[in-house]
Amino acid sequence: MNYHWNWGIFLQQVQSGDETYLDWLISGLGWTVSVALAAWVIALVLGSLIGTLRTVPNRWLVLLATTHVELFRNVPLLVQLLLWFFVVPEFLPRDLSLWVKQDMPAKEFVTAVICLGLFTSARVAEQVRAGIQSLSRGQKMAGLAIGFTLPQTYRYVILPMAFRIIIPPLTSEFMNIIKNSSVAFAIGVLELTFQARQMQEDSEQGIETYLAVTLLYFIVAFAANRGMALIERRTRVPGYIGGAK
Amino acid sequence: MSFFTQFDFSVIAPSLPFLWEGLKFTAKLTLIAMSGGIFLGTLLALARLSSITPLAMAATWYVNLMRSIPLLMVILWFFLVIPIFTGKPMGAETSAIITFTAFEAAYFSEIMRAGIQSVPRGQVFAGQAIGMTYWQTMSYVVLPQAFRNMLPILLTQTIILFQDTSLVYAIGAKDLLKAAEIAGKNYGRPLEMYVFVALVYFVVCFALSNLVKHLQSRTAIVR
Amino acid sequence: MIKIDNISKWYGQFRVLTDCSTQITKGEVVVVCGPSGSGKSTLIKCVNGLEPFQQGDIIVNNISIGDPKTNLPQLRAHVGMVFQHFELFPHMTITQNLTIGQVKVLGRSNNEAHQRALQLLDRVGLNSQADKFPGQLSGGQQQRVAIARALAMDPICMLFDEPTSALDPEMINEVLDVMVGLANEGMTMMVVSHEMGFARKVADRVIFMDNGSIVEDAGTEEFFGTPRSERAQLFLSKILSH
Repeated sequence: MNYHWNWGIFLQQVQSGDETYLDWLISGLGWTVSVALAAWVIALVLGSLIGTLRTVPNRWLVLLATTHVELFRNVPLLVQLLLWFFVVPEFLPRDLSLWVKQDMPAKEFVTAVICLGLFTSARVAEQVRAGIQSLSRGQKMAGLAIGFTLPQTYRYVILPMAFRIIIPPLTSEFMNIIKNSSVAFAIGVLELTFQARQMQEDSEQGIETYLAVTLLYFIVAFAANRGMALIERRTRVPGYIGGAK
Repeated sequence: MSFFTQFDFSVIAPSLPFLWEGLKFTAKLTLIAMSGGIFLGTLLALARLSSITPLAMAATWYVNLMRSIPLLMVILWFFLVIPIFTGKPMGAETSAIITFTAFEAAYFSEIMRAGIQSVPRGQVFAGQAIGMTYWQTMSYVVLPQAFRNMLPILLTQTIILFQDTSLVYAIGAKDLLKAAEIAGKNYGRPLEMYVFVALVYFVVCFALSNLVKHLQSRTAIVR
Repeated sequence: MIKIDNISKWYGQFRVLTDCSTQITKGEVVVVCGPSGSGKSTLIKCVNGLEPFQQGDIIVNNISIGDPKTNLPQLRAHVGMVFQHFELFPHMTITQNLTIGQVKVLGRSNNEAHQRALQLLDRVGLNSQADKFPGQLSGGQQQRVAIARALAMDPICMLFDEPTSALDPEMINEVLDVMVGLANEGMTMMVVSHEMGFARKVADRVIFMDNGSIVEDAGTEEFFGTPRSERAQLFLSKILSH
């Protein structure tokens, strides 16, 4: 193996400006976290709604929610991203289409967030549905029996328990969304993977670059994992063991 | 403005042979990474469950490492590092096949580990009681049951793998997506191509996931 | 109070209830028994509309359950129900279990609901458990809380769906004691149960169901004296023999 190591590379200036490579990576990390968090908000809100709709006693709502899940689950994320970026603007009304293509601020960022949010919402929806269905039917009946309407039964009885049950799989989805945000490089979001490629080409110190970036991903994933574990501890119900019944 | 007046889908037909080549690579990559991944993944799972501590630790580390970094980074890593080690350049396609096999092994190993643990311990004792060695017990008694129990999940992971192969785009390997992009550029109609490949991916994945559902409902009755 | 009028119910092709009719007047205690799968749990869940039915109607307090225009939540708020598996809300404390319905459905103030909850916990002997979670209580205690939760809504009648059949034997009596107390106070009660001792003590009538039909509907003394149908005789001999 013939490789010239240079660990000082991170503090050196980039070829084309007065930033250091470390500056690139830190700004990349910022974009990665921003994309992931913003998309997570969409995924959580929309996924909860869709997952809930899949369990209600109305065929049309169930069909609508199922269609959403199948659509966003069965096309690769990268292909979805390219569709959102290149194809969707063509479908918009003329003025809006022009605005999106020419003037929309942070176009790449917004596109990546919407795409990743919708993609993950389908997966969150499946977890929410599984959580709801793991509860006994009696819980729903008990809610209805004291006079709650169906929405109230979901709000006060079913969803609070369902969400507690699915915190572990939601934790993996949260970590997935951080990892999946790397796909945003394909439309030019300056996130960590984009910066890694750029720094590797610019500095020709590929191994140091990738090691540093891998370490950064590791740290973010670890922090996300600890954060979710904290939420899990905080919401734990005393005396309650396991999921079903 | 309507989709069909603005979009020109007549470019699809002449580019089909070209797209077919791309799809063939996507399928090849999926199948090799699936079989190689399940094979290596099973070995990793056995290593994690073994009583030889260093072996179990090494396997655990490998699996956790692979699972905590983006696949895209792993693709870039292998593409960069393998030539440095071997000293000669390597094609994107070969690099992709190695990367996906190594990466998927980590995910398949978690599934196989759960599968092995789903087989009651009594089965191991029963195998040993009739004089089988460790490897005999594993290959004739435990693994077949683990494999059958986990078949739907293994297939679901394969569907995810099939979708993820599109990421070889990053190193320029000619899969279905890359082929569509090239064809789109040649005809000057990239958008139609994106829509078309999205449709192809959807049809394949939707059909496969319904197959999985069917399998699940059938095994649910048997067990 | 409760009038069940020719109820029939199907699950797809399978008929689970066949032309069931009976009446429960104010202050009456009626015990419904029968072998498992006879449809008794399904029937009692039809009374407050938790299970839909396809034929006939049920009138509770002059309101039709089968009428699609009926505001079922409003009606259920005044019909207490106790379940086989308690169905307390596991993520809420005992007090919250008792107050949530009062506040969100009846619109009582937090303070008022809290007072009422403590009063009822006192009544079922569980004052000291007010701030615990359901998972920290024994089965018998949970079922008493569930009764208190239903009472907190000031119901006009109470439905019990096998309230003791998920309990360990030593806990059955603490729950039955509470139910006997309620009966003696004149609460209108429909109780699906195999507790024949309880039925003898407080029931005005006993209904025996088999195969989705009401086979026997008689005064308590008459039922335990000389049941008319052979099936009821067989059933009684089986569960009274030990």
